[in-house]
Amino acid sequence: MKPKRRRLIFVIVAVTVLGAAATLVLTAFDENLVFFLTPSELAIRDVDPGRRFRLGGLVEEGSVEKVDDGIETRFRVTDLSAAVPVRYRGLLPDLFREGQGVVTEGAMGLDGVFVASNVLAKHDENYMPAEVAEALKKSGKWQGDKGRNAPDNW
Amino acid sequence: MITEIGHFALVLALAVALLQGSLPLIGAWRGIVGLVGLARPAAIVQFFLVALAFGCLMTAFITSDFSVINVANNSHSAKPLLYKIAGVWGNHEGSLLLWVLILTFFGAAVAVFGRNLPAAFRARVLAVQALIGIGFLLFVVFTSNPFLRVFPPPMDGGGLNPLLQDPGLAFHPPLLYLGYVGFSTAFSFAIAALIEGRIDPVWGRWVRPWVLGAWCALTGGIALGSWWAYYELGWGGWWFWDPVENASFMPWLAGTALLHSVIVVEKRDALKTWTVLLAILTFSLSLLGTFLVRSGVLTSVHAFATDPARGVFILAFLVIVVGSSLVLFAARASSLKGWGYFAPISREGFLVLNNLFLAAAVGTVFLGTLYPLFLDALTGEKVSVGPPFFERTFVPIMVPLVVLMAVGPLLKWKRSDILGIAGRLKAGVLGAMLVVVVALTWADARSALALAGMALAGWLLIGCMAILAERAKFSSGQVGQSLIRLARTPTATWGNAIAHLGVAIFILGVTASETWQIEKLQIMRPGESVQVGDYRFTFEGSEPLAGPNYTAVRGTFQVHHKGAPFVRLSPEQRHYPVPPMTTTEAAIYPMISGDLYAVVGDPNGTGGWSTRIYYKPLVSWIWGGALVMMLGGLMSLMDRRHRVGAPARRRLLKSPAAQEVA
Repeated sequence: MKPKRRRLIFVIVAVTVLGAAATLVLTAFDENLVFFLTPSELAIRDVDPGRRFRLGGLVEEGSVEKVDDGIETRFRVTDLSAAVPVRYRGLLPDLFREGQGVVTEGAMGLDGVFVASNVLAKHDENYMPAEVAEALKKSGKWQGDKGRNAPDNW
Repeated sequence: MITEIGHFALVLALAVALLQGSLPLIGAWRGIVGLVGLARPAAIVQFFLVALAFGCLMTAFITSDFSVINVANNSHSAKPLLYKIAGVWGNHEGSLLLWVLILTFFGAAVAVFGRNLPAAFRARVLAVQALIGIGFLLFVVFTSNPFLRVFPPPMDGGGLNPLLQDPGLAFHPPLLYLGYVGFSTAFSFAIAALIEGRIDPVWGRWVRPWVLGAWCALTGGIALGSWWAYYELGWGGWWFWDPVENASFMPWLAGTALLHSVIVVEKRDALKTWTVLLAILTFSLSLLGTFLVRSGVLTSVHAFATDPARGVFILAFLVIVVGSSLVLFAARASSLKGWGYFAPISREGFLVLNNLFLAAAVGTVFLGTLYPLFLDALTGEKVSVGPPFFERTFVPIMVPLVVLMAVGPLLKWKRSDILGIAGRLKAGVLGAMLVVVVALTWADARSALALAGMALAGWLLIGCMAILAERAKFSSGQVGQSLIRLARTPTATWGNAIAHLGVAIFILGVTASETWQIEKLQIMRPGESVQVGDYRFTFEGSEPLAGPNYTAVRGTFQVHHKGAPFVRLSPEQRHYPVPPMTTTEAAIYPMISGDLYAVVGDPNGTGGWSTRIYYKPLVSWIWGGALVMMLGGLMSLMDRRHRVGAPARRRLLKSPAAQEVA
């Protein structure tokens, strides 16, 4: 095989592989970007049921109820100007409490309830998820730093 | 006093690094023997100074000297000794000191073991190593000094994050850093070669053991971290495509590519420009990982503290290192001749494909990891990229790589034809079908994808065996002769076969545990039981418990296997007072055939407890596979021909036969 021909083969293979990778990335980005929304943002944005996103805010005081013998939890996520009902089946993180910051991942159900497949509450008692803190600041409901940013926060 | 000695040693180390990073370069440039000779002792002294500083910090942690801010913030007198020691690197300042310690360790190792390197070249390598050291020592001394005092000292410390109080995690950072930072040697060798404007097969031989060593350590470090996440976080997962995980995975992918391209430099005197670029990229990705993890742009268990000054410093350092090495590369790359275009069907042709796929894989992980950060910085929009993205992009790129992985090692250098190895490829197809049949009889087929995964593993399994069968010429029929040949097979060839076998084991573990996992989530009252596969879990209740520095609630499950008592599992929920935190301790019964995994959650208020139970078939094969990969790497490293004290340039050039051995 002549060097020119070998080079051509190499270039074709390289372009094919990298092109395929780029196509994969672009289509996957299109479908799998998970946006972070607060309840107020969700109210003005039209999100298709089934499309995954992250919903963050505070667990509304007095909204937590256990159904189905306690395996399913229903609560409301609020940013103090709007609230969204959430339903979650599974073990809640250790520091899931009313009034605490929370990030849930899932999709809106057809009944207007957010079906969470994942609930993240940070392990540190005083820690507020960064997205939630920022969202509260944006909506003007920020109460100031409740305590410290722990040296070993996470 | 000891703390001040540590502080002083650190500043001295910086001074030595400044000398080591400048004078030997001038010496090598102007041919001043005295300055060139400075590099070796300087590298060794620098290592001892940093080791002294590290020892002083460790002493402060062990003796619980709370007049040191770092100890006061991150340690506690009631902590077990192991975690007092692990606490040294369980915080931002200490972990950076560990980073520098390992960097200078590699510098000293090059100084000691690199006797065969030409003096000028070695001086340049050590100078580059010192230049990296200067950056990190400045960073430690000015923004992250672990030796600062506090007055008055507090009565007791703030404690270590309980999630980090775990034996697996105690050794995760040192091992991971050995890998991460180990790639600095490959970088220094590449920069030194660019300065000299010359790369030949001997360069490949010099740099290969360092790349191999770093790769082995990084493989082990990542596996350890993944295993920790599996048993400590209590979610049953082992890889979350979390940005912090990706930060260590990107250098691993690039390092794997480098590992293979260096072989082409060594054996065929080709692919040089690309290899040098890859060495630069690999270490740059290590630095990027350090930036992502240490700057606090990501919130995770690794982000110990958020201080913008630190982030800016590392980012600036990253830009300087990457920018200047790429400029040097652009200026000198054209002088590195030897880019031959080889036959597509040849060992080196397939190694190029390996690099192509791995580079594409690095690209997808890079985009998925950094895109949310860019978007946040540019538009303020918060997005995250989760596992579905990586499953859709990374996995399809890996599949052809694994298919080719079984073929490549069977091909000859320079020129080979597919027909010659067709027999073995047929065996591979049979192996793939066999594994699929076994999987089908053992469990039902859940998806075509799962079957494809099993087939892939079977194909690779046969491919690895074929590497050895090829050597031993088993096809000749003389078994005795073949066994002798097998025993004489170079360790490196064994290493090749075993490392690739590790990949096959890993794929089996991933496919089986993802496809045939059983998850049961329910409320259980004492005496109730639940069937999980062949196992019956009976909940016996929960009771309070006091640990050395925590209190806990412990649940107990009696497990029956096909009616017979099998094992008792006792998961816990631990509550740590300092810092206040709750952790879930899953109870795991590992078996080769699969793990039993039980977690107990909160009480529901009416006498029941939420519980989650998994059966995860072959899940331990995931880490077993990584371990086997590491073992393969270590065997290659043991090969006499790859030892760090490799033959000198002259001797090697005289015996071209030595290069022909695969």
